Order: sequence, then C-alpha cells, then structure tokens
Amino acid sequence: MTLEPGTGPDGAPTEPATPVADPITPQDLIVSASPHVHAGQDVPWIMRQVLLALLPGLLVGLWFFGLGALRVLVVAIAGCLACEWACARLVKRPATLRDYSAVVTGVLLAMNLPSGCPWWLVLIGSAVAIGLGKAVYGGLGYNPFNPALVARVFLLISFPVQMTTWVVPQGPGTALDAATGATPLGAIKEAVGLGRTVAEAGAPGLRDLLLGNVGGSFGEVSALALLLGGLWLLWRGVIRWQVPVAFMAVTALVTGVAHLADPAHHASPLVHLLGGGLMLGAWFMATDMVTSPVTRRGLLIFGAGCGLLTAVIRLWGGYPEGVSFAILLMNAATPLIDRWTRPRVFGEARQLYREADAA
Amino acid sequence: MKFRGGVHPSYHKDTAGLQIETLPLLHRYVVPIAQHLGAPGKVLVAKGDRVARWQPLSEPVGFVSVSVHAPTSGTVKQVAALPHPLGRPMLAVEIESDGEDRPWDGLAPPADWRTLDPAVLRRAIQAAGVVGLGGATFPTHVKLSPPAEKKIDLLVLNGAECEPYLTADHRVMLEQAAEVMEGLGLMMRVLGVTRACVGIESNKPDALEALRRACPADVAAEFMLLETKYPQGSEKHLIYALCGRRVPPGGLPMDVGCVVQNVGTAVACLEAVRDGLPMTERVATVTGAAINVPHNLRVRVGAPLLDVLAHCGGVTPDVGKVIFGGPMMGIGQFDLDVPLIKGTSGVLCLRDDEAARFEGGPCIRCGACVDACPMGLVPSAMGLIAERFRFEELGDWHVLDCIECGSCAYVCPSRRPLVQHFKRGKAEWRGILEERRAKSERDAKRAETAATA
Repeated sequence: MTLEPGTGPDGAPTEPATPVADPITPQDLIVSASPHVHAGQDVPWIMRQVLLALLPGLLVGLWFFGLGALRVLVVAIAGCLACEWACARLVKRPATLRDYSAVVTGVLLAMNLPSGCPWWLVLIGSAVAIGLGKAVYGGLGYNPFNPALVARVFLLISFPVQMTTWVVPQGPGTALDAATGATPLGAIKEAVGLGRTVAEAGAPGLRDLLLGNVGGSFGEVSALALLLGGLWLLWRGVIRWQVPVAFMAVTALVTGVAHLADPAHHASPLVHLLGGGLMLGAWFMATDMVTSPVTRRGLLIFGAGCGLLTAVIRLWGGYPEGVSFAILLMNAATPLIDRWTRPRVFGEARQLYREADAA
Repeated sequence: MKFRGGVHPSYHKDTAGLQIETLPLLHRYVVPIAQHLGAPGKVLVAKGDRVARWQPLSEPVGFVSVSVHAPTSGTVKQVAALPHPLGRPMLAVEIESDGEDRPWDGLAPPADWRTLDPAVLRRAIQAAGVVGLGGATFPTHVKLSPPAEKKIDLLVLNGAECEPYLTADHRVMLEQAAEVMEGLGLMMRVLGVTRACVGIESNKPDALEALRRACPADVAAEFMLLETKYPQGSEKHLIYALCGRRVPPGGLPMDVGCVVQNVGTAVACLEAVRDGLPMTERVATVTGAAINVPHNLRVRVGAPLLDVLAHCGGVTPDVGKVIFGGPMMGIGQFDLDVPLIKGTSGVLCLRDDEAARFEGGPCIRCGACVDACPMGLVPSAMGLIAERFRFEELGDWHVLDCIECGSCAYVCPSRRPLVQHFKRGKAEWRGILEERRAKSERDAKRAETAATA
C-alpha cells in the first residue's frame, strides 16, 4: 500500500504539509538567544516610579515655599534636560531624554536647593549635575557619584552664601524676597557653638518637622511626605529596604547615644531623623541604583556607612548637615563594597570562596 | 528547602488540561544523527535503503553516544546535512514513509526489569537510544552508570516542569503515571539505590497525586510538592529543594550522591526494557498565542515542524518567534524546515509583540539580576565584562557555573542580552582554559625532551 497525499496509513485523512495559506518565511521570524520573554519593567518605568514617589514631598515643598520653589524646580528640570541633550549631541550619541533619568536628576537637584536661590545658580547646578556628574563618565549607568549630589555639594562649596540662605516657609503666598531664617539643624548647631543648650536653640517641634513647616532645601522639609513616597517605592519593588533602613537606624543609633550622653548639647535622634535632608537622602538619594552596591549585603553596609557618616558630620563636623557628604563618600566606596560582598556561588563552600578570593 | 534567587514568570500552562494526542503518520521524517550530548553515532543506512520502524539508523561510537532509530518504515531518500533545531545543518537521514509502519524484526524481546541484571538493563537502555527528555538530552545510560567511587544513594525524579507554557511532563505524569513509577523502579534497580524522591512544582498537585496512587509497592519513593518558582527544575536546585544537598561548582549531581532523571525518560526506559522498543517518540507541547489550536502531541522523532504546526491549525499571521522548548531556555528557530527531535519538549509560537527584545541599554546597577540569579553570580558585572571581551576575567566570576536559565535577562530593566553574553563568555573561557592546558602540556613535553637530550 502506498501513501496518497492527504491520506494516512489507515485511510484517515492527514492535513496538507503547509501550515498557513500564506507560508511564513524565515525573514518573518525573530531569532535571538534565550530568554524569549521579559518581566516587563524598563528604565523609564523605574524613573517614572521615582518621580511619582517624589510627588508628595515635592507638593509639600511647593506649598510651603510657593513661587520661589516652583521657579527652582522648573529651571532645574529644563536645565538638566537641555544639558542631557547637549551632552549627547556633543559625543554624537542618540539623545537619552526618554529614559526620564535627566528629569529625575533635575527634580532631585531642585529639591536639594533653597527655594530662594537665584536662577543662574540652579542652571549652573544642572550643568554640573548632568555634565560633570554623569555625562563625562559615559552617561546613565557609568557615573560613580549621584549627579544631583555632586551638583549640590559643588554649589555649597562654591556659593556658600546663596546655598545657606533659607527662606522661612509661609505657605503658597511666600514672596520671592521672603524673610530668611535658619534650618532646625543649623539653629541647633549655632546655639551649641555659642555655648547654649539644644533647648535654648528654639528649634521647631516634631509636628513641624513631620509636616515640613521648617526652613531648609525646599524638597527636604516634610519627613512624612518623603517617607510616604519612599515606602511606596519599596512596595513597588523599585528600591530595596536595606539602604533606607540601615541609613536611618545607624543615624538614630549614633545620635541617640550622643543624646543620652549629653542631652544638653546633642539633639534627640528624632530631630536628626526628621530634620535636614535625611529622609530625602535615605529614601531617594542613597537608593540611587547606579551609585550604590548591587548585592543586598552591600546595600546594608552602604546604608550603615551613610548613617554613620551623616551622624558624625552632624554631631562633630563643621556643617550642620552631613547627608550629602555621607552619601557621596559612600558612593566612592561602592566598588569596594561590591567586591567585598560578592555572593557565594551556589554550592561553593565558605572556605573555597575565601581561597578563590585571595588568589 | 527553598533555593535563593529565581523568578516568577507568567506560567501560561493553558494546555495542562489537553490530553495527549498522537500525531498521525506523516509522509516524511528527517532524523538527525546528533540528538544527544556526546559523540554522534555512525550512520548505518544509505540512500535508497528500505528501513523498518524502530530499525537503528546509526550505531553508537563510544560510551557517551547512542543510536537513533527509524520512526516508521519506508525508503531512505538521502543522508545529508539538513537543517537542525540547534541552528546549523547537521547530518540527518531523510525517510519517505511507505505507509505500512512495518516493525523491525530485530527488536529485543520484551523482558521483565525486575528479574534482569543492572548491566543488562543499562545495555538495553543504550541500545534503545534513550536520552534525557528534560531538554539537555544527555544519554541516559551514562547517567545511570556512575563511576564506582561515586556512591549514589538517591534517585531524583524531575517532574518540576518549571518552564512556562510546557505541560508535556504534566500530561505524562497524569496519563502514564503507572509507567512513570515502573520506570522509576527500573532506574532504581540499575543504580542499586533504595531511595527515590519525586519533585513536582506546587502548581501540579494532581500529577503528584496520580504518581502516588500509581506507585507500586516495591518502589520506595518519596513525593514532594515544591515551590512554584523558576528554575525549580534545574538539577542542582531540584536536589537542593528535595534533600538540602548542594552540588559543588563545576560538579555533577553524582558528587552529592544523586542522579536526576526526567519523568518522560523514566517511561522511555521502561518501554525500552518491557517492550524492547527504541525511543522513537516523545510528548511535546505545541502552544503559544500564535498557534491556532494548541496541543499536547505524541510526536515521532524526526517529524517535520511544518507538519506539526499544520496539525495544530497553523500559526497566526502575527507570529514573531517559533521556539523549540520553553520561553526561558528554548531555542529560537530561524528555519521552519527542521524536525522535532528527542530533546524537543515543546514548540512555542509567540506573537511578534510577545517576544522580548533585548536591545541592551546601559546597566543601571539595579541589582535585580543579582537577586534573581539562582547560582549566586553577579550577572550585572559579568555582562559589562563580557561586553568588553575580557573573557579571562569572566572566568574569575564563575561564568562556567551559569546555567543559562535566563532569570537575569528576564528581570533586567535595561533589557541587556545577558544570557547571550554568558553563552559566548563560557565558550571563550573554555577555549582559553583548553589553550592553557595544551600549552602546559607542550611545555612539559619540551622539558622532557630537553632532559633526555
């Protein structure tokens, strides 16, 4: 018996050997190495989550500092985007505006500036953040330091007067030439420096620190709003808990011990946690993926280091605030931490790992 | 025990309820000689020869080698390099079916495995061309012949089927439960072990129940429902999940006293001995959004892909990718004129918009890949190193321990082609090691001749 086309061996019909009327040709098929599916997240998604998480803190800042804050914000975002575009053009690479990373840098830089600082200062900051902080290293992913913090510290050192002139928050109507005052941590540091006690410094209460009704960089004032945003990032799986938790815990621990030892000259750990740039730093700046370690153990060390340095600078350093310096210093330590906390390969004995590492 | 890392892709096990259907006899089969890891066999037939079903088309050359057999009776049209699912043309025997499906008269007589000597069973398994059906296609008799110094005390039966979309193993466990357990008993006898563990992901409790009920009284098996997490079916992770033993880097399961076998392989071993039948068919899941009628199909090895797709109603016009295997580790096909082979656990047809594009933006060091890697590697750093062709450095990062499971690339927000980097990196690093070995050998020889001169 022979096999007729369209007939099986037992006489049953079989299908013709063409799968579709319009046969697919190899050119129609995508061919690439495995895997063939993806979880779905991408870089713009991550950056958008960060922007969303920053929104509560941003809105509180805009509420308390009014037009001045809005001006800083707009100039910073525009400046960062323009600089990103210009840098890409300069090195003849495709513009990377769509990954939102320049927007995030712009927003973070703005939130780290006093609302009353002049527009040209913000522009210089944007150029430093994108140009010196990121582009010179090869763009997103290659910068060792947090770009916004590079700019903030650059400005703090170059323009100390403008960078430490703090507008007193007066609500949305706050005038552009509003009265200026001190930050809570600044007031305490000054009082203690003059031989007075913390209680005599007249620092704002915890309620004002939580809500943000205090002097400071316009985006750092409300601990509560920033904490909300940070928790949301954690819930969305964008950041990992190790950095903010270790950061806040170690800061609280060190300042707490100092406070217990000498309550007259050292503020309570709550003031240190809620005041200054700690919330913004711990949840949004130290968690910058590019400039922090990749392993969870590394992140724990990184966060603890940030906390320790922040506390040391605040307690015994010349500046009332130490978050920016602490994070930048730990950024520098990141490659070392990564090397040190390389995970153990599955099945590798502890001993073996040490030997391999020593070799 | 739960292993560290891994990912939770969408499982798409929509075909789990589809009974295994047998693909009707086809007009033409293309049987590649190389369908297993190891040395391809020596071809026994030539153009024009008439062959019978189950007749060997090749014979093993050496120990790590098995035969392939004719899927049906017919005429050999050609013996030539033909398109192969692994990507490049390889030697294959094309058979035109005569429709008679006449069995070979040289088949081994049916036998009872309970009375046979392990050495006899091993020979029968090799003669039947049985390879691991989980996808790696390592010859089964080799895995069942551990060196004397490796004491094996546990046989692990892999029913995890952690690859999304695939349900072939699931169906085999449900529909051929008794044969799976008999096959397990047979393999335990070959290895001389008294303990066996069956590991199944928690999304298939019915499979576990079926196997437990079908387990013969003389087969001592423990059953365990494992966390549904990719890559639960990876040998090393399965062993760890079942008994807490960790296979050392560069090691094999036998280094911790284990042998791992797939459920389909158990059935094939049983058929080889009980019925004397060589492995000429397997169950494969044909599925995906771009196939019209998904199926679980019993396919004869060598069946052309186009005929299989046709049987499943053809592909939709928006098909973007045709994959042999699952979406995490399967192989994307560029030529549809390939046959299904022993290692083809499934044919996955993805729509164009479903197929991931790994264009490879900059690494933003988010650490998602480090969290996901079940082997404890640092894919982020290794990807950057591979990108710069620093393959020697890649060796220090344990690239050879990469199991290419794809978890890192699956979660990478920058869509970096990490697995591609590591596949190349492994090959390059192996080359460097080989070169070094050859050089040190040459040096030793030179020193020897200098000493004698």
